[in-house]
Amino acid sequence: MSILVNKNTRVVVQGITGKEGSFHATQCKAYGTKVVAGVTPGKAGQEVEGIPVFNTVRDAVKKEGCDTSLIFVPPPFCADAILEAADAGVKLIICITEGIPVNDMVKVKRALYGRDVRLIGPNCPGVITVDEAKIGIMPGFIHKKGIVGVVSRSGTLTYEAVHQLSTLGLGETTCVGIGGDPVNGTGFVDVLALFEKDPETQGIVMIGEIGGDAEEKAAEFIKKNVKKPVVSFIAGITAPPGRRMGHAGAIVSGGKGTAAEKMKTLESAGVKVVKNPAEIGNAIKLALGR
Amino acid sequence: MNVHEFQAKQLFAQFGVPVPRGKEVTSPEAATAWANELNTPVFVVKAQIHAGGRGKAGGVKITKDKAAVAGLAKELIGKTLVTHQTGPKGRQVHRLLLEEGANISKELYLSILVDRDSGWPVFIASTEGGMEIEEVAEKTPEKIIKELIDPAVGFQGYNGRNVAFALGLNTIEPAVMNPFIQMMGNLYRMFMEKHAAMVEINPLIITKEKTIVALDGKVSFDDNGLFKHADVQQMRDLNEEDPLEIEAGANNLNYVKLDGNIGCMVNGAGLAMATMDVIKLAGSEPANFLDVGGGATKETVAAGFRILLKDPNVKGIFINIFGGIVRCERIANGVIEAAKEVKITVPLVVRLQGTNAEEGRKLLAESGLKLEVANDLWEAAQKIVKLTGKVA
Repeated sequence: MSILVNKNTRVVVQGITGKEGSFHATQCKAYGTKVVAGVTPGKAGQEVEGIPVFNTVRDAVKKEGCDTSLIFVPPPFCADAILEAADAGVKLIICITEGIPVNDMVKVKRALYGRDVRLIGPNCPGVITVDEAKIGIMPGFIHKKGIVGVVSRSGTLTYEAVHQLSTLGLGETTCVGIGGDPVNGTGFVDVLALFEKDPETQGIVMIGEIGGDAEEKAAEFIKKNVKKPVVSFIAGITAPPGRRMGHAGAIVSGGKGTAAEKMKTLESAGVKVVKNPAEIGNAIKLALGR
Repeated sequence: MNVHEFQAKQLFAQFGVPVPRGKEVTSPEAATAWANELNTPVFVVKAQIHAGGRGKAGGVKITKDKAAVAGLAKELIGKTLVTHQTGPKGRQVHRLLLEEGANISKELYLSILVDRDSGWPVFIASTEGGMEIEEVAEKTPEKIIKELIDPAVGFQGYNGRNVAFALGLNTIEPAVMNPFIQMMGNLYRMFMEKHAAMVEINPLIITKEKTIVALDGKVSFDDNGLFKHADVQQMRDLNEEDPLEIEAGANNLNYVKLDGNIGCMVNGAGLAMATMDVIKLAGSEPANFLDVGGGATKETVAAGFRILLKDPNVKGIFINIFGGIVRCERIANGVIEAAKEVKITVPLVVRLQGTNAEEGRKLLAESGLKLEVANDLWEAAQKIVKLTGKVA
């Protein structure tokens, strides 16, 4: 078991003939992911590393039975691409693209509301179920099959945590990057709920950062619903208020969304919060009694 | 991206949000010329900087004497204003807004931004205009009115009525009810169409003449939406930005200057923040946030070095790279090449992990460069702090 994606997941890559799209489609396929189709309007009939290209997601779904889309389409066209995937009947949309205007995402999120489709991202590294499917831009080789579920708003900081888990021999089940934008699809709560239900996942690492109140919402959920041990790190305790720290959503505004406040709330929900990101692996190891 | 009040008001006017008659002036002569044309009983001269608290800092002058306007303009242009938002160094005034005064009967507060919880735009309103809204929210949360707008259908009349009645406009001044609701709709349209991140009117006033006027205006834009709006891009004022941040932006680097003395260069925003945090844990303070991004090359590393070294506070540099798609040996070569071009005068610790980390570390060790190589994050942070000294 695992969450969201596995060896049977059939992926269509939107924007597959672009530089990023072709590189990562190839990498995902090499990891063992079933990348069965690509989409670039006007380029149907071409192939990228043996992956057939279609004009529309609808065609890709019809011919190849794709259930998941991985999006590398540039920001100006990305809202359109997400909605196209949803309309074509894809059940899981993983959007890597960084730089989508917030107000575009406001409309996309509203349009997806109530539909049988899940969006991960945008501005995220994607999702990997170790040794089964890598659907994103993370380096596959740092992962090791194991028992910890990872959910994070960050990219390379997630790799840092995964590296520690793998080195300590704990390994991971599924790692989910939910992205660093202020308006995104799936939040911490949904992923925590999935990890709690997944029999293979024994512990959870949750990596948050300044801005918004996703961590506070997660704390509330954990308190009531999560029995598995959760270790958390919140990046940005040194970030000055009012300044955006790289990610569009990483900003302390009006005194809200500080790392200190998030840490306090998570701790009060029974989460083991580490102040030093180098301690993430050891903390979950300890919490799991290993 | 932030814009000046006069620019915010130009946009308001364009979208049918009432503002006082006014114009940007940059010299006493221009101020006199516009004052003659404006011909109003009361003149308001407002310093234009990207920071709040201008009034308290002496950046807003009011006079009934047309002849005094030039003198006030002369006094303000070139003056450095220190407000609670500018930091102790303050901000120099380069431009002014000269506008007509208003007869204030009641001050309100109104803003719009995206509510991150729901992902919907939300209006925030209060009868406590002219106050800091954070303070109002903290002390008297019952005075904060929130109205979410469904982005599928946009602003509706009932949204406006909800806010107007909650503010008590029907008793304060019934004549402004409909103009207020209409103005909210216009503001929503502006917010969505122009990809604003936040629009704040504080105060929004009811005048003695029973009209609604945006007496102040603060607008910030979503940087990711700017590519759609050439008119907004032109509003950027480089005088209001840190020169190192401008240079970083030109090199596709994401840089935020801070006050500490350990410069850091990292790939990825989350890891960059975490790196700042471990520097602090190890006993020092970060000099900056710097994300070199996923496609770090020799050029970006060199540009990063140049920017870090231009900050006189920087006493040491910490490079933290977790190689994923970016390969560590390429970063190592970038550091070696950049060190030939940019003379590195402070201690340097390089931590490489991930893809081809071993090769990268080997290249650095054999380069003859004066630097320390580290394997893990905590070890690296302790090394750089040891080399530069702890701060009390």
